[in-house]
Amino acid sequence: MLFFLVFLGIPLAVYLMFVVSPFAQSFYYSLTDWSGLSPSMEFIGAANYARIAGDAVFWMSLRNNLALLIVLPLVTIVLAYALAVMVTIGGSTRGGVRGVRGAGFYRIISFFPYAIPAVITGILFNFIYHPGGGLLNGFLNLLLGPVNLVLSLLGAQPVPAISTAWLGDPRVALAAVGFAIVWTFVGFYMVLFVAGIKSIPQEVLEAARIDGAGRLRSAVQIVAPMVRDNISTALVYMGIFALDAFTFVSVMTPNGGTANSTKVVSLHLYQTAFRDGRFGEASAMGVIMAVVTMLVAVLVILLGRSRREER
Amino acid sequence: MTAVGTSAEASPPPGAPERPRASRRRGGRGSRAGDGAGFTALHHVVLSLWALLVVLPLLWTVYTSLKTSREILSDPFGLPAVPQLSNYSRAWEEARIGEYFLNTLIVVGTALVVVMLLGAMCAYVLARYRFPGNRIIYFGMVAGLTFPIFLAVVPLFFVLRNMGLLDGRMGLVGVILSYVAFALPFTVFFLHSFFTSLPEEISEAAAIDGAGDFRTFFQVMLPMATPGLASVAIFNFLGLWNQYLLPLVLNTDRRNHVLAQGLVNLQAQQGYQVDWGGMFASVVITVIPVLVVYVIFQRQLQGGVGPGTMK
Repeated sequence: MLFFLVFLGIPLAVYLMFVVSPFAQSFYYSLTDWSGLSPSMEFIGAANYARIAGDAVFWMSLRNNLALLIVLPLVTIVLAYALAVMVTIGGSTRGGVRGVRGAGFYRIISFFPYAIPAVITGILFNFIYHPGGGLLNGFLNLLLGPVNLVLSLLGAQPVPAISTAWLGDPRVALAAVGFAIVWTFVGFYMVLFVAGIKSIPQEVLEAARIDGAGRLRSAVQIVAPMVRDNISTALVYMGIFALDAFTFVSVMTPNGGTANSTKVVSLHLYQTAFRDGRFGEASAMGVIMAVVTMLVAVLVILLGRSRREER
Repeated sequence: MTAVGTSAEASPPPGAPERPRASRRRGGRGSRAGDGAGFTALHHVVLSLWALLVVLPLLWTVYTSLKTSREILSDPFGLPAVPQLSNYSRAWEEARIGEYFLNTLIVVGTALVVVMLLGAMCAYVLARYRFPGNRIIYFGMVAGLTFPIFLAVVPLFFVLRNMGLLDGRMGLVGVILSYVAFALPFTVFFLHSFFTSLPEEISEAAAIDGAGDFRTFFQVMLPMATPGLASVAIFNFLGLWNQYLLPLVLNTDRRNHVLAQGLVNLQAQQGYQVDWGGMFASVVITVIPVLVVYVIFQRQLQGGVGPGTMK
């Protein structure tokens, strides 16, 4: 009895107190006009939700989240899977099925970004995207040198030096943030997929090869179905992440970018709560996002399942 | 797909293990043996490009950290005239990176030990003992994986304040407990599968030899789960080290600030007269130790987080 009390009781108590109860409370707060400081709060029903429905910034933020939701998982997972395949079964077609030479090296390097805290990655990309001394513009201008040489030989106007503020320009800011996120996560999912692929019995891959399946075909038609669970886990995780994205966005564009071009709901929520002191409304936003997140997770899992039944 | 579909019609019963299915590809034809070398070369090109994309920004950061702010802004690629080691001493002392580092180590280290212990205990009980409510608790825990953290932070802030775990040095305790609580679902989810996969006979043997529940756990089961514990611990470490929203909201006392907060403040504070050299140096100081730790432990990671994956 004591055993159960200690082993199950303590973790459960911590979980209930610091995770479950705040979540439950936020549902209640979302129905009040609580400012966070005032001890009193009025129950105002769905008024917060109505207000959010008319909040243009919220819709803009949600739109940005959905854009990330569509692009990030797709790009990250396709890239991660391709790299994972190359380091596991992409090697020479002679001898046993194996990865390319130096696979271990590539694998270790690729994981680096994930080992760097997201905040630091954000700051790092602030440096990279800096209009003046940044790596990206510096690199592009370096490429411009030969281009302009050719242009001047042809008598054309040279292209002026590039000084784009990648995070300040509303047209590219969200993509710039998105790239930093992809950069961070590819290595992580690559490791996940490598583990999955390595658990496939070698004979299966060899049989496929003997039957004439090339590496590309093996990757798409044999390996992919066998690591489907890993892929769908990755989709759910990356989807949940795209609906949050707070750290990257708030570090790279602290106020949500020019004309809210990079603002996401989590940042809008944070500002509504801690800057504007409208905790009730912020909680309502959180509830909406929780529902969206759950829907996405369920959708991905159901999709994975129905495809399995088709087969 | 249709060409190979014939044998697939005799599909295995639902729930049958997925492994044997690959054998139905037997019919797939098309001699692809010739695409060997070119394909392998392509793989090397893609992998090298990605490796460069990862490594170049990091190398650039390291050597830029030795330049003066003026040098950084005038030419992103120029070498420093004189290596500015003073950037590092400034970062360490004036920017208080050392202090933030210590705080981060305390918070992450403590939280990691506690969450591994509590998570292992909880996962063990849920995996090895049958009792009413077992499944409900398990799914309640795992559902926590999909909860968006930003929904909970607002109420969590007040939960901690009411417990007196927000201000002064006690604030660290509040942060640690929150870290533990939010890392629990992940930990329980993955350790659960490890403990399920351990053979039943061993705990029976331990029981016959007279070991109680506590002893069986600490002296028999826990050591057997070490590989699993190690990889979950690494992922937890990275996750906790990555936390930004939780400390941003809950870790309000300046003396308690962790690295993530310290660096963001540093960046925000300085506005347009940024001490670029010092910032780059701070980033390097933060990144290098993590990368070193990662390279040392990376073997552990390649096994993945799933049980039974082979190397």
